Amino acid sequence: MHQRIDVKKTMIPIIRMFGVNQYYGRKKALRDINLDIYEGEFIFISGPSGAGKSTLLKLLYLGEAASHGQILVDGVNLSRIVSKRIPFLRRKFGIVFQDYKLISSKTVFDNIALVLEAIGHKRRFIQKKVNSVLRSVGLEERHNAFPLSLSGGEQQKIAVARAIIGDPKIILADEPTGSLDAKSANIIFELLKRFHRRGGTVIVATHDMELIRKNKGRIFYLDKGVI
Amino acid sequence: MIILFLRRAVKDLIKNRFLNAITVITIALSVLIVSAFILFFININDIIDSWKKGIRIMAYLKSDVSPIEPENIEKKIKLMDGVIKTRFISKHDALIQLQTQMKRQSSLFTTLKENPLPDAFEIRMIREAVNNEKIERLAKQIEALPSVDEVEYGQSWVGHYINIIHLFKLTGYALSGLFFIAAIFIVANTIRLVLYSRQEEVEIMRLVGAEDRFIKAPLYIEGIILGALGGIIGMLALYMTFFYISSNMERHLISGFFNIRFFPTEISCGLVLCSTFVGWLGCFLSLRQFLAKNNRI
Repeated sequence: MHQRIDVKKTMIPIIRMFGVNQYYGRKKALRDINLDIYEGEFIFISGPSGAGKSTLLKLLYLGEAASHGQILVDGVNLSRIVSKRIPFLRRKFGIVFQDYKLISSKTVFDNIALVLEAIGHKRRFIQKKVNSVLRSVGLEERHNAFPLSLSGGEQQKIAVARAIIGDPKIILADEPTGSLDAKSANIIFELLKRFHRRGGTVIVATHDMELIRKNKGRIFYLDKGVI
Repeated sequence: MIILFLRRAVKDLIKNRFLNAITVITIALSVLIVSAFILFFININDIIDSWKKGIRIMAYLKSDVSPIEPENIEKKIKLMDGVIKTRFISKHDALIQLQTQMKRQSSLFTTLKENPLPDAFEIRMIREAVNNEKIERLAKQIEALPSVDEVEYGQSWVGHYINIIHLFKLTGYALSGLFFIAAIFIVANTIRLVLYSRQEEVEIMRLVGAEDRFIKAPLYIEGIILGALGGIIGMLALYMTFFYISSNMERHLISGFFNIRFFPTEISCGLVLCSTFVGWLGCFLSLRQFLAKNNRI
């Protein structure tokens, strides 16, 4: 199933996949994936659990290398990238996970600041930008809290804040609302839409059809590793 | 960037203080053991050296030798292997020396009709030649000279022990080396434990685009700090033990026989530097393995 809703195209796709296959031993997780994603698009990758949605996202940020095929991200061929360049590829993405992946021993502020520290920004700039992003997700007062003291919705907001702070071109969200109640899920989706409205590309992997129906975007339906 | 790395390293050290305290204690114990061995052998060496310096061979001449004979004997002895210095002590000089040494019993000498002491040679050996076999061989060579009546070498027992002490020393070096290697592996393993406890953090750092040097640098700083701290604590513990033992020796008046000493400042600093290096190396080994394992994430 391949449904086109709203395609905000530029001439060159920001992501291209040609004949991508992914194997785990004998098991084929993805089969012959071919797709183009354009800058500024809002993409849903949908399908049942185990369909290969998370695997497809992992291939984009090189969480895993594709077994076969070619992937181009913003002009970079991932099959030819040298390991030293992988961090620079990952800076093109902001990644949001269902389990938030926040560092429990760091404060909210430090979790978000980590992205800018890794890029090498100065302390003063980091302070300013983190506070501004925290304000935009409505958690400015919780900057000194530790992730485990926050609710699921708040933790996911922090994860989104961390994803957008480095001004990435693309946000990859893997089941971002999977463990949240409806109200929190809406807030998280609003944050993603806000990033999209500013021209960013958003790719959301979700099995929640209700969420897809409520929001506009191009949909790729994955089933047993096939689009 | 360096300030940021330093700040992160100190923060992490405080945060993981239990594991880090174990690492510091491990390094300190290793330093203590290795440096105790080194200190022991430095002092044993000093004692052997002082014994070696004291080894001399006395050759007593027959009473009927002509006045020109000692000169010939001296030439022959000087040509012998291992001899560094000879000194002729005439019977007259020997008596004066004896009288000086026995001032309180001077009455003994007044009754003497003639000088009972023989002419003699005091022979010193080069340090490398001081071992039991060589001393014995030289003594036999001198004894074989026709004008020599008797040969005597004090502290001949030293020769017997020197070989044993050499063996002991070699064992000590080998053990110190083994402890050094063991220290590196223990530190590497402890740091690996620290890394595994932070595996998720490293994974997240990589996901947000941190380069390896951003992940490694604070850990290297931590390794260096742990190594230096362990080294300083180990040396302090050694110094305290040394102080306790040496003051006990003084109390029991053994110090007159053995003059023991602590490391000079350069060696103490060298050992702390070595331990700092061990901290760094342990970190390097475990990081290399850890990051290679988690390469793609």
